[in-house]
Parts: sequence; C-alpha cells; structure tokens
Amino acid sequence: MTDHLHDNCKALLGSLSEYIDGELPSDLCREIEKHLEGCDNCRVVLNTTKRTIDLVHITPEEQTVPDDVRERLFKRLKLDDYLNPQP
Amino acid sequence: MSITTTPEISIDALRAGDRAEFARMVDVHSALIYRLGLKMLGNPQDAEDVLQNTFLNALMHLSSFEGRSSVSTWLYRIASNEALMMLRKKQPVSIEDMQAEDSEDGLIPAIFTDWSALPESELLAGESKSAIDAAIARLPEQLKIVFILRDIEGVSIKETAEILSLTETNVKTRLLRARMALREQLSVYYGERMPRKEKND
Repeated sequence: MTDHLHDNCKALLGSLSEYIDGELPSDLCREIEKHLEGCDNCRVVLNTTKRTIDLVHITPEEQTVPDDVRERLFKRLKLDDYLNPQP
Repeated sequence: MSITTTPEISIDALRAGDRAEFARMVDVHSALIYRLGLKMLGNPQDAEDVLQNTFLNALMHLSSFEGRSSVSTWLYRIASNEALMMLRKKQPVSIEDMQAEDSEDGLIPAIFTDWSALPESELLAGESKSAIDAAIARLPEQLKIVFILRDIEGVSIKETAEILSLTETNVKTRLLRARMALREQLSVYYGERMPRKEKND
C-alpha cells in the first residue's frame, strides 16, 4: 500500500486536517496545491476526507433533547418548576 | 463557530443558588451533552445517564467552580469524563485505543475510491446515515471524542483541548487520525455502492 505514497504524499497527509480547516500559511497551501495537481491519490484522499466531514453534521431531529428526556432530567434535578419555558 | 447561545450564563447567579439560571444552563447545554453521550455510547439510555450525571455533578461541584474556564468548557469536561468512564465500564480500553495516538496505521490511506462526487441525497440515503454512525462508533474512544467535539459539534481546537485536558497539538493529531480512519471506513462503504466503471482500482 505504501507504494501509492511518496514522501510528499506523507507530508501532505500530515497537514491534511489543517489544510482542510484553512489553518495553514499560504506558502504551504500553494505547495500542497501544486502536489495535488499531479497526484490523483492525494486528491481523492482530500476530497473524500472533506466529504466525510460534511456528512456528519447534526440533523434537525438531533438539535434538541427529546421532550421525555428533558422532563426526566428536570425532575431528577428537582427543577420541575422550570420545565415550561424551553428556549 | 460558537457553541453556546447568548445571553451568557451568569456564574455568580449559579453560585448564589439561582435555580432559574441553573435551569436555563441545563436547556442551553443539554442538546450537545445528550448528543455526545449518544455518539460516544451508542444508545439513548446511556446518553440519558450521561446527561443526568453531568448536571448532577455540576450541581454538586458548583461551589468549587472557579470560573477560570467558561461554563460550557466546564460542563463538556464533566460530560466527556462521564461518557469515557461509562464507556470504559462497558468495554475496557483496547490495545487499539492505546495505540490510537502513536500508531501510523490509521494514518496511511489504503483505499483510493473517489466517492466524493456522489450526490448528498445518495450519500445520506436509506441506511447510509446508520452506516456513518456505526463508523463513528467504531473509532477508538480517544479519537472519537475529539472528532465528536470538533467536527460534529464545531467546538474550536482550543476549547476541545481545554475540555479534554490535552495540548492543541494533541487534539490536532487525534483529529487527523479520526478523520482518516473514518474516511477509510466510509470509502469501503461507499466504494461498494459506486458504479463499477468509476472505481479507481
């Protein structure tokens, strides 16, 4: 498997997260982009990693705690009086 | 990205025993803590235990909270410890977990199928969402918690480091490993769903 990866690829992988998060200085970004132009495998790894991060966003039904869970929580904390207004 | 909603929870009010403010804090931070429990432990009952224990713990230790970190950092630290403790009770730390930090294994990609162009409707269709959740569940715990805080909840690297008592470098390393491990798992899953001609063998 390592025959797919040259030293430049390994260096890129080490900085991949920071590159995706836009935390690298521009000269390093340019170097990475130059490498990506000529390296199919690294391009695939970059695109699929970005996609992986895109796919794990919180779904609307995960935005709030289910009502029954909230109710039991408030009761356990003896906060029953404050059960009503939910922000 | 901010993870808390305004107005800020008043530490002074909490310390003075203001129950309405405590209730407000519970509502502001419950959803993240419940999701954290759900993703870490994989079932609603355990997630509810994490949620309840976190706030009971917070209530108990309110007087010793010095306010050096923000309320959210403090709560997420309690919640993370709670989730990790419950996870370890269920499944003792594996060798894979212990190596999560140092091993090169997860870092070297082995699958180069480009599934990134598949439309999102297809990537999230049917059982795909469960497959993504299952892939997250399989991450070693030390990578999983970093991934959940940073990539799912959008907590900054700095706050993630504070929550988990890690250095920022450590958080970045674990995040990279988590992302690569997850990418590899999803590449297997989506690779099997790609039209054969597009496979990059």
